[in-house]
Amino acid sequence: MTTATESLPPPTSTTGPIAWVRERLFSSPLNAILTILSVWLILMSLPPFIEWALIKANFTAATSQECRAGGGACWAFIGVKYRLMLFGLYPYDEQWRPLIATVILIAMIVVSTIPRFWTVILLPIWVGGLIAVSVLMWGGVLGLRYVEDTLWGGLPLTLILSTFGIAIAFPFGVALALGRRSKMPAIKTLCVLYIELIRGVPLISMLFMSSVMLPLFLPEGFSIDKLLRAQIAIILFAAAYLAEVVRGGLQAIPKGQYEGADSLGLSYGHKMGFIILPQALKIVIPPLVSLFIAVFKDTSLVVIIGIYDLMQSTKVALTDPAWRGFSIEAYIFVSMIYFVFCYSMSKYSQNLEKRLATGHKR
Amino acid sequence: MVAPIIELQTVNKWYGEFHVLRNINLTVKKGERIVVCGPSGSGKSTMIRCINRLEEHQKGHIIVDGTELTNDLKNIDAIRREVGMVFQHFNLFPHLTVLENLTLGPIWVLKKPKAEAEATAMKYLNRVRIPEQASKYPGQLSGGQQQRVAIARSLCMNPKIMLFDEPTSALDPEMVKEVLDVMVGLAEEGGMTMICVTHEMGFARKVADRVIFMDRGEIIEQNTPNEFFSNPQNERTQLFLSQILH
Amino acid sequence: MADHQSKGAQSAPPRRLSWNDPDVRSVVYQVVAVSIVVMVAWFLISNTLHNLSIRNISTGFDFLGRESGFAIGESPIAFGPENTYARAILVGLLNTIRVAVIGIILATIIGTVVGIARLSKNWLIAKLSMIYVEVIRNVPLLLQLFFWYALITETLPGPRSAITIMPGVFMSNRGIKVPAPTDHGAFDLAAIGFLLAFVLIGIMVNLAKKRQDATGKAFPVYRAGLALLVGMPVLGWLIGGAPLELDVPKLQGFNFVGGATLTPEFAALLFGLVLYTAGFIAEVVRSGIQAVNYGQWEAASALGLTRSQTLRLIVLPQSLRVIIPPMTSQYLNLTKNSSLAVAIGYPDIVSIANTTLNQTGQAIEGIMIIMAVYLAISLSISFFMNWYNKHIALVER
Ligand SMILES: Nc1ncnc2c1ncn2[C@@H]1O[C@H](COP(=O)(O)OP(=O)(O)OP(=O)(O)O)[C@@H](O)[C@H]1O
Ligand SMILES: [Mg+2]
Repeated sequence: MTTATESLPPPTSTTGPIAWVRERLFSSPLNAILTILSVWLILMSLPPFIEWALIKANFTAATSQECRAGGGACWAFIGVKYRLMLFGLYPYDEQWRPLIATVILIAMIVVSTIPRFWTVILLPIWVGGLIAVSVLMWGGVLGLRYVEDTLWGGLPLTLILSTFGIAIAFPFGVALALGRRSKMPAIKTLCVLYIELIRGVPLISMLFMSSVMLPLFLPEGFSIDKLLRAQIAIILFAAAYLAEVVRGGLQAIPKGQYEGADSLGLSYGHKMGFIILPQALKIVIPPLVSLFIAVFKDTSLVVIIGIYDLMQSTKVALTDPAWRGFSIEAYIFVSMIYFVFCYSMSKYSQNLEKRLATGHKR
Repeated sequence: MVAPIIELQTVNKWYGEFHVLRNINLTVKKGERIVVCGPSGSGKSTMIRCINRLEEHQKGHIIVDGTELTNDLKNIDAIRREVGMVFQHFNLFPHLTVLENLTLGPIWVLKKPKAEAEATAMKYLNRVRIPEQASKYPGQLSGGQQQRVAIARSLCMNPKIMLFDEPTSALDPEMVKEVLDVMVGLAEEGGMTMICVTHEMGFARKVADRVIFMDRGEIIEQNTPNEFFSNPQNERTQLFLSQILH
Repeated sequence: MADHQSKGAQSAPPRRLSWNDPDVRSVVYQVVAVSIVVMVAWFLISNTLHNLSIRNISTGFDFLGRESGFAIGESPIAFGPENTYARAILVGLLNTIRVAVIGIILATIIGTVVGIARLSKNWLIAKLSMIYVEVIRNVPLLLQLFFWYALITETLPGPRSAITIMPGVFMSNRGIKVPAPTDHGAFDLAAIGFLLAFVLIGIMVNLAKKRQDATGKAFPVYRAGLALLVGMPVLGWLIGGAPLELDVPKLQGFNFVGGATLTPEFAALLFGLVLYTAGFIAEVVRSGIQAVNYGQWEAASALGLTRSQTLRLIVLPQSLRVIIPPMTSQYLNLTKNSSLAVAIGYPDIVSIANTTLNQTGQAIEGIMIIMAVYLAISLSISFFMNWYNKHIALVER
């Protein structure tokens, strides 16, 4: 009989760095060509970019002529303009208020992504947070100076439009989703019509509609301010997409859960509120995060109807005659802000999805 | 003496740092029927998957029907044509009908005319006793029927060697027999070299020429079924048998 | 309980109207819901009509027949200020369709390549495509459009010092200039040859399948198809007399004359839309391929199928089922996102309808036109994709 063989380490030809290179970069002629092509591409593009963005770049110049002289990027432009880009036309001395508002909004988002807080506690957190943000931004109470919302701008505005948008759209979205799955034909038809109509047209057309048509909708003598109009458009828009996300969750709930609830004799409201929705909403948190990212990105479209979000205040910063022609730098800066927000949220939702997926199997 | 159709010489394999096959030596004669058993994770699947290069070994030699398995794609293709494989989870192609599943290999690999491929397919469907299911999709069949289709699919390639990797362990108990019956029929017909990973000891007793016991990546013991079951030598074999036979 | 009445009874007793009857409730709920919607709609419409009348704005689509008075930067059909608003809107529609169709084709190609590359065994390729996908998806499209537009108009030199990419192809802040075929009939023949190639490919695929069924011999359909696609236009060109002269753009004064132009607006919009959507399509393709169980690859290999046969016969047909629905929404997104053209001045339907409504004051009509156009496009794309999806759907137990 054989005796037990020792467990040997694998031969180095299969594990060392050389083996790695051969396996992962040159495993076939095609792969070798692809590798060489990519290396060539990187060598062609990266060094010139680094030279432009770092080596020849100017971080400190006081005037645009001086900044341009080096032939590289002019990051000094960002240094001069970042307050305008981040906070728009908000009174300069009061800009600590939008800063705190931004921090609160971010904190609210972060808290909502932690599974431990997925209870009713989110409701007071959101309501309280939104009130605090409103007080900070508008002022007029607690000794804060009143600031008209036409002066709001930049990053806090982007965050406000997207978080308020999702938060307020949420109950509508849930109602629409339930309506679409309802057995009552009239209600179902209304919900389907709304959802498909909104999802069939671009957000821009909704924004145009709200900016030119909303004023016409109101009785004579009423007016509605521009920011609110954009916010309404975003809410109406988000609600349709939210409804589809929630519907996905409702569909994923096994039929047995509905039957179980029915067999207990629960009313429709109790069945949905206590049994179905809590489960369905938990399933759809990852797609909800993706939706939030989409709305956050789409909020940049309000620039087209002239609202001072992050995008628009950047465009305004670019029109300063003393600092002309630094769009690329400005856009890269703003892209990085958006990227940090969106990327961290999407990475988070991917992790969450993995965790929820395994949690469900067991 | 009959020339060996499969020869494994001191085959070693690692998954990363994990030494999964250790100095495997195995010679299989033409027409021989071998049953491989052993505890979970002992490397049974890995070993038979090395024989048709679904896994790559890193040391040693594997020679199938006179051709050594190397990185040469020609050799790999040639060997895969000779070797049929049946999987634990059937792996039927869900977007093709049963008949299309069976004719795919003959048409695209063996370059047979469609009519001929279909005739062969029907022959083997008859043999596994489900000719009436030919135009259904795999998703419409029971597990046992699916596994029989999978066996027929391999047979349609007219292989010299059949590998079975726990063909009955994903099946409900009442379906195990119908699949085993097909396999016994195949074995009793003779001529086909079979290596079968299974814990169906009744099957092993009935058809195996040799039973191989693997543990921790090694072949610990091999013997005729009678000797193997009545007189296991190694204590790990004894322990395993006592667990599996209750 | 609603069903206590039927207990023990041979036939259901006559029903009394009761709030506890689910059918009664259902009717009441629906009547209430519909009336609320009707009331809100009536309220809004009557307000609107009232507001319009005090502002002296007439309603209706009469303005469409009036002379537009504006010029459009680029148009696939002839257009001048003397043409009507209706024609202007048609130009916008054609421009939208043009960018959407080209965009969908290019985004599908790039997205598929990147999606497959993300699964590549080649570490460098996989990482590069991952970086591409993550960066492109996490920055707003509008910002990317502004970026490309600024890159073209601000950093490229003027026409007089344009960058020559290839002889006859120039890149400047006025866009990209390429040689265009002249009016010569040979180019028409080449175009006919190109169309003919598709017909021939269809016939060839059919014949090849028949031959394989009969003899078992496969025909190299892909290589032959490619040869036809290249060969037929060349053949048409040769028959037409093989003219060598092209309409090559030439610098004259401050700008180029001749050749075909890719305007900065169109280039930036197309570039942005394609790169952005390709990032999403790549993810769709990747997850579609990953959705196919690894056992399918193994079973195919065990049968002796080659890698490319496995991909073509086993994996792609299965992943298509997973890919098509999300792919549809990406196509819809691209089409809807083409409305961002208005931000960089490409004359698409939104931007022209916007100009129209600003000039005529017909806001409601303008917005209705935009929405109707997009709804029509969206519905036709979904309709087509749903039909295709049914076509390839899988029969399950
Ligand atoms: N792709 C892989 N990467 C790393 N380790 C693997 C891989 N496949 C298998 N292993 C490990 O190799 C060992 C042998 O696996 P193998 O599938 O051959 O076992 P087995 O004897 O067939 O077990 P079972 O009876 O459960 O099927 C196991 O410990 C397994 O965890
Ligand atoms: Mg196994």
